[in-house]
Amino acid sequence: MDTNLLIALIILLIPAFNFLLLGLCGVKMSHKTAGVIGTTGLGIVTILSYVSAFNYFLGYGKVDGVYKALSGSFQWLSFSDTLHIDLGLYLDPISVMMLVVISTVSFMVHLYSNGYMHGERGFQRYYAFLSLFTFSMLGLVVATNIFQMYIFWELVGVSSYLLIGFYYTKASAVLAAKKAFIVTRFADLGMLLGILVLSFYTDTFDFDTLNSTGFQESLKSVGATFMGASVFTWATALIFIGGAGKSAMLPLHIWLPDAMEGPTPVSALIHAATMVVAGVFLVARLFPFYFNMTPEVLTGIAYIGALTSLYAAVVACAQTDIKRVLAFSTISQIAYMMVALGVSKLGGHDGLGYMASMFHLFTHAFFKACLFLCAGAVIHTIGSNEMDKMGSLRKYMPITHITFLIACLAIAGIPPFSGFFSKDEILVAAFEEDKVLFFCQWFVAGLTAFYMFRLYYGIFWGENKNYGEHTPHEAPLNMTLPLIILAALTCFTGFLPFSELVTSDGKAFEIHTEWIVAIPSVLVGVIGIAVATLMYKNKSTVPDKITSSIKGFYVAAKNRFYFDEVYMFVTKKIIFKAICGPIAWFDRHIIDGFMDFQAWWSNALSFRIRGFQSGSMQTYIGVFITSILVISAIIIAYVLI
Amino acid sequence: MNYLEQVTYMKPEMLLLAQVVLLILLDLFSGKTIKKQFDNIACGLFIVCSVISALPANTGEAFGGMFTTTSMTQIVKVILNLGTILVFLQARVWANNEQTKHKRSEIYILTLSTLMGMNLMISAGHFLLFYLGLELASLPLTTLIAYNKYEETSIEAGAKFVLIAAFSSGMMLFGISLFYGAVGAEGLYFDSMSKLLSATPLQLLALVFFLSGLAFKISLVPFHLWTADVYQGAPTNVSAYLSVISKGAAVFALMFLTLKLFGNIFEYWQYIVAALIVLTITVGNLFAMRQTNVKRFLGFSSISQAGYIMLGMMGIGTGDPMGMTSVVFYLLVYLVSNIGIFAVVSVIENNSNKLTISDYNGLYKTNPYLSIAMMLFLFSLGGIPPFAGFFSKFFVFMSAANDGWYVLDFIALINTVISLYYYLLIVKAMFINENENPIAAIKTDGASKIGLAVCLAGTLALGVFSGVYTGLSQFAY
Repeated sequence: MDTNLLIALIILLIPAFNFLLLGLCGVKMSHKTAGVIGTTGLGIVTILSYVSAFNYFLGYGKVDGVYKALSGSFQWLSFSDTLHIDLGLYLDPISVMMLVVISTVSFMVHLYSNGYMHGERGFQRYYAFLSLFTFSMLGLVVATNIFQMYIFWELVGVSSYLLIGFYYTKASAVLAAKKAFIVTRFADLGMLLGILVLSFYTDTFDFDTLNSTGFQESLKSVGATFMGASVFTWATALIFIGGAGKSAMLPLHIWLPDAMEGPTPVSALIHAATMVVAGVFLVARLFPFYFNMTPEVLTGIAYIGALTSLYAAVVACAQTDIKRVLAFSTISQIAYMMVALGVSKLGGHDGLGYMASMFHLFTHAFFKACLFLCAGAVIHTIGSNEMDKMGSLRKYMPITHITFLIACLAIAGIPPFSGFFSKDEILVAAFEEDKVLFFCQWFVAGLTAFYMFRLYYGIFWGENKNYGEHTPHEAPLNMTLPLIILAALTCFTGFLPFSELVTSDGKAFEIHTEWIVAIPSVLVGVIGIAVATLMYKNKSTVPDKITSSIKGFYVAAKNRFYFDEVYMFVTKKIIFKAICGPIAWFDRHIIDGFMDFQAWWSNALSFRIRGFQSGSMQTYIGVFITSILVISAIIIAYVLI
Repeated sequence: MNYLEQVTYMKPEMLLLAQVVLLILLDLFSGKTIKKQFDNIACGLFIVCSVISALPANTGEAFGGMFTTTSMTQIVKVILNLGTILVFLQARVWANNEQTKHKRSEIYILTLSTLMGMNLMISAGHFLLFYLGLELASLPLTTLIAYNKYEETSIEAGAKFVLIAAFSSGMMLFGISLFYGAVGAEGLYFDSMSKLLSATPLQLLALVFFLSGLAFKISLVPFHLWTADVYQGAPTNVSAYLSVISKGAAVFALMFLTLKLFGNIFEYWQYIVAALIVLTITVGNLFAMRQTNVKRFLGFSSISQAGYIMLGMMGIGTGDPMGMTSVVFYLLVYLVSNIGIFAVVSVIENNSNKLTISDYNGLYKTNPYLSIAMMLFLFSLGGIPPFAGFFSKFFVFMSAANDGWYVLDFIALINTVISLYYYLLIVKAMFINENENPIAAIKTDGASKIGLAVCLAGTLALGVFSGVYTGLSQFAY
């Protein structure tokens, strides 16, 4: 086996082993041991991920100036000669990049959780689930085929469910976990259908085959259509629905804000940096197929992304729960990545959107994880998520304050922080392709800066609240260290030469600074920050005046435009009453009735015939010979007649 | 081809014969130290011989068509050997109790003799050899059933078995003589006889008489009446052997006979088989529901399982390879699950002498591991996924559906629900029912533990690893 694949395999196996170890033997360990085992394991995974990234990007990956994929797999289940499910490892620029992102953020979260979850009941279980999640997510990105990806996709969903519902004694956490699982699972149904349709018509699950140009040419002859659209349009659109569910695109976003009920480090890992970008990763993984076979779906993705990002940014402005603000900001930023993929083309500089999307995924993971972990530190010391319980915390928590500020500047797109570079590339890509999308995203960039600084001022500035006897204090070192590392990453990841490493066709290309885009994008960020500063830095009446002047809109935004209510109406009133009611009746009366009937007749009959088993040999032999004669008579009659 | 070379075709049989002779000599002439280790020597020898007979060997016909082997006969013989090893492992405690210790060597000698008879039935290419095998498989079994000769139940069971076995042999011989009367001297061997069969009334009469003998061994309704009485009376480990190995061998024999001989007139007797399947599954289930004695219960459960095995037989008659694969796979899975259950029952019986289902109440509290193992075996027999029993049921259903037996499948499917009911009754007794005086904590003996571990591994793994089924399917036909 190739050494590089071996490393990737070890990367996968360590968290899987940790999950089993902590899950099965965790109860007998002390909290400290469990924490050390989990964190050390992830430390090794992180180092190995860096090694494999280093080897790939600077070593074997580049063949004749083009990054090629390295893969190895074995056949697991075969349906026909050509259609089979493999299990394997697939290393290409995006999967290697994801390995780095996942392992780094996961390691930070493991480290941070030692402090955050200190003394919590079920500490070992928490670490076991974190390991399970890390394993599943790593498995998802290195899948060689879409079915293997689907398996890990579901595993990721399960571990997310388990972690959101970690505080299972809290009713709201249980509800949120259920909601997240059901909504994403519902979306995954679309994905499964898509996979089935796709594999039915292409006879393969392999990414390599699906993405190869020659194979796509051969598919052009498949003329099958359904309801006016080609089957491939259906397939890719259905697959995207799965991605939209995990990545919280409109209208399947409703689970993500509620998922904040989980422990904050979990939100940082799963609901900010890794799992929620799985949808983006999925589209990127199949990008050549999307682009060559079904460009119309890509356009759709771009518009859904734009709508989602605008919606989430507006809603974020009206939230008061700090984790929810971050949740909506996450939705908005992931939508950015979707827009970038949607407007991208294939190959060279045309593939700018693809590269920008991956770039933003990369930078966003670090600064958003940093923001969440900072929020966790604040919540840890205040004991509440509500912004009006906080204020002027900069004096008490200097490290958290500085790291949060850096991450805020990054997400607002202020140079030289990483967010500026990636967001700028996205805006350039949108600008070159579609001006409407560009203006939308440009406006959202301003909104982003505004609500992030509203959050920043709300937490760290403003009036000094009466904290009573519990004076807020800085978090311990094992929590601040991850913050510092992530902030440092936020400062320099922007300078990575992404256009030479992760591109749509594996070839490096030159990027030019488009001043016509860069200047307005920084400008709108600065304006957003300035407005937020005026309104929220010191106590002022301006925000109240503004909200009262647009009261209806404000209330609607605060209530997230009533999406949850619509869902509740549709499920409770329409689906439950009109569809589930009759099914339940059928189940209770017809199915159960049939079973009851079966129980009744078998019981009655077995009571009647019990005399046959008398124990007397004469009877037995009598039955024996009679049966032979009867059967002979029947069979001979059958032949003769 | 000289005789010596032809003998190599009979490798498994010859090895069994050698073992029987060796064990008899050992029993007669060896000193005390060797006698003390008799169990270990017999088991060890049998395991070594089983491994040797599992190695690939010549396939084809020997002795002018009297004896035939194919890859599949090799495989089923290995499966029977495996089951016998598992039975030996659980029989250790019984063989060494006060009453039977002095004659324990007979257990091994007699069992291996019957096994050799079964092997001959499977490979026979002529009715003479087939009949010899059948008798060799039956007569020593009688002795085994009546082995606890100071217990009336055991004697009664032995007497019943020998009477009804003799009767069914008579029926079968009558059938065979009718066959020869119908086809004449050109059809002495199966090869030539099969070409002469054309479903004349006389031949069909012969067929019914002949098959009733096998149906007796497989315990298909209405030739099943002896089953529960004998299972209840016989020593538990002998019941295990009867319910799995003896029944399995008869199924395999029928399978190969159908292939070699009755295949081309299958359309005339397929409805009879279908009717027997329905009867067997349903009646087995209906009686199993009302039993209070565990061994009697397992007797009826094994009757209904035999019906499911016969479902796969529907495919064999039409020459569908899936039929054969599903039958062999079903038997393999049934073997590990059922022997596992008998192992638990035997461990409990040896330690507490308790055999009614209500004695099992509250077993989980005192013997959690035994209860969990028992539960998994019962789940497998009931066909609950992901245990092996689900997959084996699935494959026999598939094979019957492939040949268009949808109604048959449907009836069998309804019956699985009933069977689930009584299998779960035992699970409920063990886990839910309260008992003030449950069976005390039991220390399982080492050999039974090994046997149980193998059965558990099989129950858990056989279904999930698809390789077993696909591997078998490569050797069908």
